[in-house]
Amino acid sequence: MTTIDAPPARVQRARGKRRSHLLTASDKATLGVMAGVPTLIQFVFIWAPMVLSIILSFMRWNGLRLSDIKATGLTNYQFIVQDYPPFWPAVAHNIIWLLFLACVATPLGLLLAVLLDQRIRGSRIYQSIFFVPVMLSLPLIGIIWQLMYARNEGFINNIAGIANTPAAIDWFGNPSINLWAALVAATWRHAGYIMVLYLAGLKGVDPSLREAAAVDGASASQTFFRVVFPAMKPINIVVVVITVIEALRAFDIVYIINGGKNGLELIGALVVQNLVGEGQVIGIGSALAVMLLIVSLVPITIYLSRVFGRED
Amino acid sequence: MTTQIIQQKRTPASTVSSKKIGRPHYGTHIFLLAMAVMWLIPLLWSVYTALRPFADTNKFGYFSIAGHYSLDNFFTAWNQAGMGKYLVNSAIITVPTVLLTLFFASLMAFAVSRFSWKFNVTLLIMFTAGNLLPPQVLAAPLYEMYKFTPLPLSVSDSGNLLNTYYSVILTNTAFQIGFCTFVLSNYMKALPAELTEAALVDGASVWRQYANIIMPLCRPALAAMGTLEVIFIYNDFFWPLLFIQSGDRLPITTGIKNLQGDFLSNYNLIAAGATITIIPTLVVYLLLQRHFVAGLTLGATKG
Repeated sequence: MTTIDAPPARVQRARGKRRSHLLTASDKATLGVMAGVPTLIQFVFIWAPMVLSIILSFMRWNGLRLSDIKATGLTNYQFIVQDYPPFWPAVAHNIIWLLFLACVATPLGLLLAVLLDQRIRGSRIYQSIFFVPVMLSLPLIGIIWQLMYARNEGFINNIAGIANTPAAIDWFGNPSINLWAALVAATWRHAGYIMVLYLAGLKGVDPSLREAAAVDGASASQTFFRVVFPAMKPINIVVVVITVIEALRAFDIVYIINGGKNGLELIGALVVQNLVGEGQVIGIGSALAVMLLIVSLVPITIYLSRVFGRED
Repeated sequence: MTTQIIQQKRTPASTVSSKKIGRPHYGTHIFLLAMAVMWLIPLLWSVYTALRPFADTNKFGYFSIAGHYSLDNFFTAWNQAGMGKYLVNSAIITVPTVLLTLFFASLMAFAVSRFSWKFNVTLLIMFTAGNLLPPQVLAAPLYEMYKFTPLPLSVSDSGNLLNTYYSVILTNTAFQIGFCTFVLSNYMKALPAELTEAALVDGASVWRQYANIIMPLCRPALAAMGTLEVIFIYNDFFWPLLFIQSGDRLPITTGIKNLQGDFLSNYNLIAAGATITIIPTLVVYLLLQRHFVAGLTLGATKG
């Protein structure tokens, strides 16, 4: 994919000029439609709503009539930060979510990839097993883990011998541990995803690099941390971006568990709580969404500048 | 897996090094085995619970092997709990969404990658950025836009776009176009320029270059993207949750939430519902895993 990046700049321009002479009016019209229709779709369904979200976050509106919209300045933001009880717990939980993915789930995925990249017996079977949850939806993962965590019916309390006793742990119900229980479920999927990406990344590392390191007497861990890991820089950046974006988007698992309350507050879930069902508070929901947007711009910008940097 | 092939090819060259560097120890095997077991338990536990009648698990406990085994929970989930209907709804939403996404994305990718014009890179960046946004950011305005889009009652019983499949199809299509355009444009850029230049000299129209030259060559990428998108859309929870109010129109991923509410303590039935939800994924997994992995890595390894 990358090999075509270097030469084009000049070639492409020359080609473009040649093209525009050859293109007939109808060709130009065809191209206009080809690019125009998708762009229009993006405009109507993505870009415009994004801007409208920002505008709505400064408004008060019950969603009934357009004429009811009233500007309120920063009131929504002020309310969220000062008087909205689930907000700060949600911020904390999002940060914990990110740290857990970054410090546990992602390294676990990398570890699995490194181990499976060796010529190990059954590597392919292991890969397939770790890969299954990657294809499942997050709400489904929430439900599957609910079956694991259920107080008297779940696998975990049963194998620990505490099901149907007073000591039975309510993994998803107890607000002091349910976030961690949900994170285990999230890891079940995330680690496999990262494993797939790193397996591809490891295949891309020039084997002669490892051989050179081995000849120089580097140990296995030295070879990995000083040679192989730095050589995977492009993948590393993608993995970091994916991890951050997943942490910001996190909401499905907690929403299926209990709607994102009682110890499982996340910003993504609070947005939905304010927008779905009765008692819609559009201004508050939008303001929360805008906060999410602002934080998301960091990984998005890193990713875009990485991917498109050389082409500009 | 495609990676497997590469690994085999590489093997002769790296035999020496892997002997020296990464000789798999017993520890590695034990660790991987333990992890694999931990990874499989939740899946096997769901299937196992689903196979047992509620009465038996009540009597003997869930952690037991006594009692009967049957597919009754699956039939109940399929008929009474509406999983069958949900699955049909998922197909109604997924098939058009994936086709529309690939169609529009391939048009855009063709236009930005095979021709250079003023804003093509800018547009491509904006397309890619759109797909990276958290969907929550678009939720409120889209909901209100759809609410204020009047439709004849013959098309939508709500009189607007809410509570229709269209709302979910449109939103998912728009949201996924960005990602597919990005991947397909990378793929198309890698195709030699001479291909279409020759056609252009021969007087082939732009449309014919797209339909007869570029698209057939993009089949591997389209297969990968198609597989990936089928899973993405099938797994989408958010948009139907937001837009569809009638329980009987929900796709399965959002519908399992109702199962959980309606059969609160009947874990056997919930497990059967969860297992039914996995089946289509499993089919894709078994038949098209290669394309799925190719799609995931195509999207991530550019750069």
